[in-house]
Amino acid sequence: MVKDQEFLKSKASYCLDLAKKMGATDASVTVGHSISETVNFRNKSLEASDRSDGLALSIETYLGKRRSSISSSNLLDENIKTLIEKCFETTKITPEDEFNSLPDKNLLAKQISSLNLYDETRFENDKKIKYLKDLEESASSDKQIINTESSFTENKSNFILANSDGFCDGYKTSSFAASCVTVAKDENSMERDYEFSSKRHLSDIKQATDLGNKAAKQTIRKLSPKKIGSEKISIIFDKRISKGMLSAFASAISASAIARGTSFLKDKIDQQVFANSINVIDKPDIIKGIGSQNFDSEGVNSNTLQLIENGILKNYLVDTYNGKKLNLKSNGRSGGTTNLYFEKGNISYEDLMKKNSRSLYITETIGHGSNLVTGDYSVGATGFLVEDGEFKYPVNEITIAGNFKDMFKNVILANDLEFEYSVNSPTMMIEGMTVAGK
Amino acid sequence: MSNFFSKSDLTRQDADKIVSETLNNCDDGELYLEESKSESIVLDDNKIKSSNYSSDLGFGFRAISNEVVAYSYSNEISKDSLKNSSENLKSTLKSIKGTYNHEIPKSNKKFYEDINPIEQKSLDSKLEVLNKVNDFLRKKDGLVKQVTASFAGEQKSIEIIRSGGEALTDIRPLIRFNVSVMLEKNGRKETGVYGIGGRQSYDDYLKNDNWKNVCEEAFRIASVNLESKPAPAGEMKVVLGPGWPAILIHEAIGHGLEGDFNRKKTSAFHDLMGEKVASEGVTIVDDGTIDNRRGSLTIDDEGTPTERTVLIENGILKNFMQDRHNARLMNTRSTGSGRRENYRHIVLPRMRNTMMLSGKQTQDEMIKSVDKGIFAVSFGGGQVDITSGKFVFNCTEAYEINNGKIGSPIKGATLIGDGPSILKEVSMVGNDMMLDPGIGTCGKAGQGVPVGVAQPSILIDKMTVGGTKL
Repeated sequence: MVKDQEFLKSKASYCLDLAKKMGATDASVTVGHSISETVNFRNKSLEASDRSDGLALSIETYLGKRRSSISSSNLLDENIKTLIEKCFETTKITPEDEFNSLPDKNLLAKQISSLNLYDETRFENDKKIKYLKDLEESASSDKQIINTESSFTENKSNFILANSDGFCDGYKTSSFAASCVTVAKDENSMERDYEFSSKRHLSDIKQATDLGNKAAKQTIRKLSPKKIGSEKISIIFDKRISKGMLSAFASAISASAIARGTSFLKDKIDQQVFANSINVIDKPDIIKGIGSQNFDSEGVNSNTLQLIENGILKNYLVDTYNGKKLNLKSNGRSGGTTNLYFEKGNISYEDLMKKNSRSLYITETIGHGSNLVTGDYSVGATGFLVEDGEFKYPVNEITIAGNFKDMFKNVILANDLEFEYSVNSPTMMIEGMTVAGK
Repeated sequence: MSNFFSKSDLTRQDADKIVSETLNNCDDGELYLEESKSESIVLDDNKIKSSNYSSDLGFGFRAISNEVVAYSYSNEISKDSLKNSSENLKSTLKSIKGTYNHEIPKSNKKFYEDINPIEQKSLDSKLEVLNKVNDFLRKKDGLVKQVTASFAGEQKSIEIIRSGGEALTDIRPLIRFNVSVMLEKNGRKETGVYGIGGRQSYDDYLKNDNWKNVCEEAFRIASVNLESKPAPAGEMKVVLGPGWPAILIHEAIGHGLEGDFNRKKTSAFHDLMGEKVASEGVTIVDDGTIDNRRGSLTIDDEGTPTERTVLIENGILKNFMQDRHNARLMNTRSTGSGRRENYRHIVLPRMRNTMMLSGKQTQDEMIKSVDKGIFAVSFGGGQVDITSGKFVFNCTEAYEINNGKIGSPIKGATLIGDGPSILKEVSMVGNDMMLDPGIGTCGKAGQGVPVGVAQPSILIDKMTVGGTKL
């Protein structure tokens, strides 16, 4: 059983009291407990089981504008005492930083409404095994599939965040995740692809057979790929790639990147950043949402933020420290975005595919090719050549490159938005990018 | 040495008993105990941005029978907690019986000292170095707009208890010093990053104002990039510089030669043992035994002493890297490559220091032989798709080569290639093998472990460069 609120609260207040007693002017503490159980399958039989049970503690102590932090997994009172002593000693010799402080009291979350983020259902390992059997049975039904690996993870967590201004709150969350990786082989090639489903509630997890079928289908269609020539071409990004674009955008508008001056979107507030049909929203209060939260990692209330309105940048993602540097109030985004999404576009997926007589559809990218300082983007890619709206053949060993500043202004979105993850995007098209191949 | 039993109701005798009783009918497994202490101090934007200390303690209990691995971890070292884990393992493996393999090789060699780098240098003196770095770079040039400098130090103590009570221990220091600098000129911003590290004390790395060299190198890379032009797109010849660019070897070849992917036949290399996978003259080893290197280990995380494993010898594929589990299933021996990020994770076969050995040619000869291509000197990260064999890495410093001469610097571009065939495209191997500066972390299945790489300059006849200029 995951530790209850009372246990975590008692540990948190023990830490705060101790820090105060030693002379800290302020302190904040997070105590969490998490239990997760994973079952792994390979080629229709049990491969591994993994159970983890972990406590975690992190404390920040302040002496005026001096601050330092410690973290530990050992919650014995004696160990906590040693660590807080060490933390406070470090605080004393750490230089002052005028922007160091706890969040403004009036921004702290007050009323916590239930977002239904906890499902107490226990999915016993035997049931996980049954699910994975069904999944792999359907994933391996085609002879071209030569290897299947799948897993089911159940996680229950609880945490308390408390600070010396009186904030003390936390809540339980759960997650259930199933995934499947399949390998297919033909006389020319061997290819891998995957599918997964991750939900707060067990009943929302995708059907095992659907997940297996989809992984297999996505893998088999990649067999016998060709390399294409280098050219400018319009690129269609599958949802699983277009949501990555949105994550890159979110990193570039974090207050830390803006305050440090290391973002290509610095000083772009109220300016056109995306095509004028584009809206980007971050919504923390979606019921059962994977990214939902009642408050951010500092206890600050988080409301829905419109980040991009008709292509114009309206907000950065602001935490207390960097907010003070930028003279902005925290908007509850310490720790990043919550449920981030592009509003859906007004063209159907089919019409997007037919928009150009020839385009490249990308299903996977590899490499860390996003430079958020300059906006330069260059990654390895795998996908399909599309002609007249149809997949013609699979393509690999190519790269796609451009600069986010230009790419964002050329984004066209389909109307197929779904809320599956904490970052969600419809299928996306960007015209005029460079493909490097033969 | 950590005494894992001093503050617990669990005695060593209890632990031995529970381990032996749990693993009695299994093929392999162990109790892995770990205590780590780590610190991170970051200077950013003219200020000490964070100073964090963390301590972690826990155990991971593993039982293996046939192909099934059962694992359970907890950060509470107690009798109850270990018994709970034992029950978990037994319930997973209840219907599978094995025979415990007690054999584990021994060695007295050690590749680093039992030190705690965090305690060896005072916090004050670390803060002083970071402030000196900041002042030095900002005074050096008015173009410097941002400086980030950091120390990271760690001491990890481990103990492995096997069935029958055999215990193996190791104490592992690790440090890292990193500098990142951003320059701005006429509205254009570029960054340069450089770092050093290894299994040693901070002072061994920072003596004689060595931190200045790190600053100079980060500054030099950023300055080069300020003048960079769009990179070309398409297939061309590529000359790789010595040292860190060996992450090409790590991505293109290394991962594909890890035992698990080959046992499962999901690696593009699984049916190529004994075959020619590289040009003549190409020899690649994975070595855990180099003193004080980031990827070195006295024993791996299963207790096997590490070794120098020859992966490719003169172009022929000789060995895979193995942990005990995959080695047993493939009827071979562990190469001391069983590693885990920490007690929360299962052991996987992983790289240590992966190195291509020197050949005979000079870098000059390589560049002179290229009509049109690029010369890549420094890289960010890389990634590989084990199954298709396709891999990428990102240049952070590269130049055009035109008619045998090095030309303008080019913007960061991704290079993509095919692992099983790339080493056949190597047409020259340099005489200038160099180790990387000690900065690599390899990610696999969500676990990061410190690794090293090394190589001489090499000429690759054909690779796709992912620029924007057609």
